[in-house]
Amino acid sequence: MTISADHAAQRPAQQVAQQDPASDAVSKFGITVEDYMLPARHQIQMVGPDGTLNPHTEQGTQPGHEYSLPSEAELLAAYEQLVVGRRVNDQNSALVRQGRMAVYPSSHGQEACQVAAALCLAEGDWLFPTYRDSVAVMARGVDPVQTMTLFRGDWHGGYDPAKNKVGIQCTPLTTQLLHGVGVAHAAKLRGEDTVVLAMCGDGATSEGDFHEALNFAAVFHLPVVFFVQNNQYAISVPLAHQSVAPSLAHKAVGYGMAGERVDGNDVVALLAVLGRAVKLAREGSGPLLVEAHTYRMQAHTNADDATRYRQDSEVAEWVAKDPLSRMQTYLTDRGLLDDDRAARIADKAEAVATQLREGLSEEVPVEPQDLFKYVFSTPTPQLKEQSAMLADELARDAASTATEAGK
Amino acid sequence: MSPTITTSSEANGNVSAATARAAAKAAATAELTGPQTITLAKALNTAMADAMHADPSVLVFGEDVGMLGGVFRITDGLTKTFGTSRCFDTPLAESGIVGMAVGMAMNGMRPVIEMQFDAFAYPAFEQIVSHVAKMHNRTKGAVKLPMVIRVPYAGGIGGVEHHCDSSEAYYAHTAGLKVFTPATVADGYRMLREAIDSDDPVMFMEPKKLYWSKDQVDLDALRAEHAANTERGTSSEGRAAVARPGTDATLIAYGPSVPTALAAAAAAAEEGRSLEVIDVRSIVPFDDETVCASVRKTGRAVVIAEAHGFASVASEIVARVQERCFHHLAAPIRRVTGFDVPYPAPKLEHYYLPGVDRILDAVDDLQWED
Repeated sequence: MTISADHAAQRPAQQVAQQDPASDAVSKFGITVEDYMLPARHQIQMVGPDGTLNPHTEQGTQPGHEYSLPSEAELLAAYEQLVVGRRVNDQNSALVRQGRMAVYPSSHGQEACQVAAALCLAEGDWLFPTYRDSVAVMARGVDPVQTMTLFRGDWHGGYDPAKNKVGIQCTPLTTQLLHGVGVAHAAKLRGEDTVVLAMCGDGATSEGDFHEALNFAAVFHLPVVFFVQNNQYAISVPLAHQSVAPSLAHKAVGYGMAGERVDGNDVVALLAVLGRAVKLAREGSGPLLVEAHTYRMQAHTNADDATRYRQDSEVAEWVAKDPLSRMQTYLTDRGLLDDDRAARIADKAEAVATQLREGLSEEVPVEPQDLFKYVFSTPTPQLKEQSAMLADELARDAASTATEAGK
Repeated sequence: MSPTITTSSEANGNVSAATARAAAKAAATAELTGPQTITLAKALNTAMADAMHADPSVLVFGEDVGMLGGVFRITDGLTKTFGTSRCFDTPLAESGIVGMAVGMAMNGMRPVIEMQFDAFAYPAFEQIVSHVAKMHNRTKGAVKLPMVIRVPYAGGIGGVEHHCDSSEAYYAHTAGLKVFTPATVADGYRMLREAIDSDDPVMFMEPKKLYWSKDQVDLDALRAEHAANTERGTSSEGRAAVARPGTDATLIAYGPSVPTALAAAAAAAEEGRSLEVIDVRSIVPFDDETVCASVRKTGRAVVIAEAHGFASVASEIVARVQERCFHHLAAPIRRVTGFDVPYPAPKLEHYYLPGVDRILDAVDDLQWED
């Protein structure tokens, strides 16, 4: 392993981080530093709620904030994942109601964000998801049943993060952003071109680790795309109680990075904006912040009652902005989606749902000795003692059950 | 001897072949060789330098650890020797330091990070207890976090507010963290090398009042010992040490309290009482065997620690020894600890810290009349 001797944080003060994206932006886009770092005046939206492509002049773009339409192949791949994601969300919610899973934080309504977050990354890149990002985790290639192990309740995680380069889903808010920063930092020191996409929600931007992660990434000039899904609520608390910033994307300028706002229910715009952010990060722009404006259509989890804090009329407004229906209309109108293809995609979604139903309905025996096996690489003498104690307790239980049965 | 010697051949498998050569190279390039009188600070510094020579994935970062060499100068010269990519300053944010180290450890590095002072580490508490301690467990061993969090801790330096906490119990109470604390110069080198070699995260608690304590050590011998241990897959990890043999009672101490316990044992010897002193060294894993062997032999024990006594590491040691040695005990086990008060101001700390007299008073109370 070779680690370059140079390091952004150690350069003389006048050359430290903030000058790099700034000077790059000015030369690359011919705009001011402020115009590079501040989000465009309007959110980026390419396909409106009715499924029609906005005219180029009405996509929210401006100089230095320009986006090109993703390819047909990208759009079709995204649509397929959208359909699968919706099916996964609804299947999992059903499994919770049936008592097959302990809890499921659904991303119903946010599937465009989920899908784009996974599809914008290359194989060697890393994704750092939250607890609500199971669809993104699956879209990145993690086995659906392994993804849901955390929520089924037999272990606090079900997949190997290194295999698909997906961090373990984190519930303490924004702690995972720093893990993403560290992964990017290690990769950069080794001269690899890894990009990290680290996800969080609107409420999470109030956390201290959000600030620390963005600041560390900026100071060390790391290829991290911070992706905030602003779904309007942190459990019951609306965004207005979290922040009075003009937008969450505006926070970027305070760290010396570029921010952008995007319609979080428009997968076309999301692919364009996140795709460009990943590309810029890979080319050495340093970190970027993307805020997607979306809506959590369902309660926080099955344990929550959303009717206590929001009006049905508000939810209804967002039904009209659904990410699937607009994409279906758009692709059909462009002649990319016919009945055959739609049926094939529906079959694929159903296959994943079946996999989840079967995988999660199966009674997986838990192994009590696993309690002790994974605390340290080598169990301590104390853990060995406790392991023996539990084994003995279980053996005696089994023996007395056998004796009872024999009577 | 103790079966708690960790056979960490698996953990160290990736470095074993090159280690002897690297150690030799480190010995050749480091300024210190052979037996000489050095401070604990220099021993820790040398351990990091040698580990960095041996393994390019070892990185050192934190607040002021770069050009300054740390507020206690423990990282002195590392930036100069290894460059700013291997030893560097971070923004002033402890959660950020630990969280970034988690990601780096996930991605092939072995970060050795410094929390500037014990009480400044608390912003990182969530990262430490929720992620550092649990990643291996949550991923069933798929993700290991070979990282060391160095914490200058405890009192006795006349520190003003928030500079002298004994925070070891918070970490010892968290499953998934190893907690080491050296008390001697040689252990400073030995234990920090072992902490860096560990595939599990280690809270490395450095008694700041001992940073400038001196001892004559042979660094070449310590390097050779480390290389030999690495080859054999053995280490001193998880082992307590008999710091002074004795027969009448056992003083159990760790970190900053070990020299105090030794001073008490020396004073007791003048009065004709033979006290054995056990240096716990590793709070997690805890060496029940060595500690209990001593107490079974002497039948009496006093546990000494600077931290508040209530719900403390000292309490845990008393409970463990009592459970295991009850029938060998001639008297209840006593504790000499800090009072259950916030760490006092410099002019009051001598009332708070366990001292020789307080230890000897506790020894006197061990029902000798029976």
